Amino acid sequence: MALYDLLFGPFIEFGFMRRALMGCIALSISGAPIGVFLVLRRMSLMGDVMAHAILPGAAIGFLLSGFSLFAMTVGGVAAGLLVALGAGAIARTTPLREDASFAAFYLVSLGLGVMIVSIKGSNIDLLHVLFGNVLALDDPSIYLIGGIATVTLLSLALIYRLLVAECFDPGFLKSVGGAGGMAHFLFLALVVLNLVGGFNALGTLMVVGLIVLPAASARFWSESVPGQIVAAAIIGIVSSLVGLLVSYHAELPTSPAIILAAGAIHAASILAGRHGSFASQALRARHLRA
Amino acid sequence: MLKRTAPSIQLDNLTLSYRRHPAVHHLSGTFQPGSFTAIFGPNGAGKSTLLKGIVGLIKPDSGRVTLDGIRRDDIGYLPQQSALDRSFPMRVLDVAAMGLWRKAGIFSAIGRKQLGAVEAALEAVGLTGFEDRIIGTLSGGQFQRALFARLLLQDTKLILLDEPFTAIDARTCEDLLALISGWHAEGRTVVTVLHDLDIVRERIPETLLLAREKVAWGPTAEVITDANLARARHLHEAFEDNAELCEMPA
Repeated sequence: MALYDLLFGPFIEFGFMRRALMGCIALSISGAPIGVFLVLRRMSLMGDVMAHAILPGAAIGFLLSGFSLFAMTVGGVAAGLLVALGAGAIARTTPLREDASFAAFYLVSLGLGVMIVSIKGSNIDLLHVLFGNVLALDDPSIYLIGGIATVTLLSLALIYRLLVAECFDPGFLKSVGGAGGMAHFLFLALVVLNLVGGFNALGTLMVVGLIVLPAASARFWSESVPGQIVAAAIIGIVSSLVGLLVSYHAELPTSPAIILAAGAIHAASILAGRHGSFASQALRARHLRA
Repeated sequence: MLKRTAPSIQLDNLTLSYRRHPAVHHLSGTFQPGSFTAIFGPNGAGKSTLLKGIVGLIKPDSGRVTLDGIRRDDIGYLPQQSALDRSFPMRVLDVAAMGLWRKAGIFSAIGRKQLGAVEAALEAVGLTGFEDRIIGTLSGGQFQRALFARLLLQDTKLILLDEPFTAIDARTCEDLLALISGWHAEGRTVVTVLHDLDIVRERIPETLLLAREKVAWGPTAEVITDANLARARHLHEAFEDNAELCEMPA
């Protein structure tokens, strides 16, 4: 009975807990393939950069119309795409490497975003933007996250083969006339969409965590791309559930609790995952006959 | 039969460059239909660049590549191994099946008949039983065999190979050479970048000796001479970092 109350009580009793859970589950499922491809393309840090890049756009939306979901979403998507394209273009046309170019954008974006929010709002507003407010998700926010998850999964199903080929052997894809550049851009657009979708719930600083951490952990549990996507989704959902319960029972801030839960699973994966973890390496110390 | 329909590649005053420094400089000539040509030259001589220019991965600064008898997206192209992400979690079967791209495209499923073709290609390169292996666990030679299975499935009339034998043991090299010679015998046009002078001399009928510019192009025995090799080295060393603008008409 006690266990039942501990695990299910909060969700049965409170609508805001159910909403938070639904939002996080949709984000986890949608973010899983995004995160896996970010990790495989060695773009995990870039995901972080893009999340910050959203900030000034969302902040301008906030400046113009307060906490309006529509304004902040449109602003965030616009700013995210602008930075993704701008940083890519600068890396291609100047000697500045892509990571340095992204770092520059990210620092400026963070500064600009915090400045803009502070002009109009209070420190509470700033905290909301940076760390989200998953326990206050309203219906439109849930619909937005659900819609983005649907668009993400459908689009990825369409460009999956292109993305895999582009990661593994871009020269081959180009030689058979495949639209690798288009796939890359579409993927970046999906990254931005997911970050914007999650930003309401987890805030710009934390949202990447629910996308990249499960994907980085999934690498230790499966050796195939589809396997990693499924593993990442499961890890994301479990992290959300654990994070929400811990934050509820211990009265701790929610989005850090979710990210820390994902972090704990990540640590466990490094230690004891099936492929390449410390444990699996120790067990495989004795070599096979052939 | 295939010979009559084999494609040719014509280069007209072709210049390909990185950041304005030419890697291939005013190169003209023709890879004849059904020919089997080695591209040989010092490091940085523009060999890989030339292949990329033919495939269309690099746009010419000036001059032209004209393909006759084949569409540009129907070239069988083997990139250098270092251009591929071998840590990507893909199975051997998936790599080979990429060769069906033209037939299956982005969406269509790979049917039982096509799966049979993939199995046959893997058998032809000696990788039967490796279907489900993740490519990260393969040796360099096994990985190259998987890429050759992909080429077999692409089944194209023009095949461009970029250093197919680098870091590969003698037996694999021999097996792959046999496959390539087979493609030549079937009348396909084959161009391969090579580093091993002995293989070029003994196995490849024609050679393009390249040092950013054409040093010599023709039957291997006439091209690979001490005088030509010395000239290739000399031409290559003569290029500078702070070169002036090239005044040759484009």
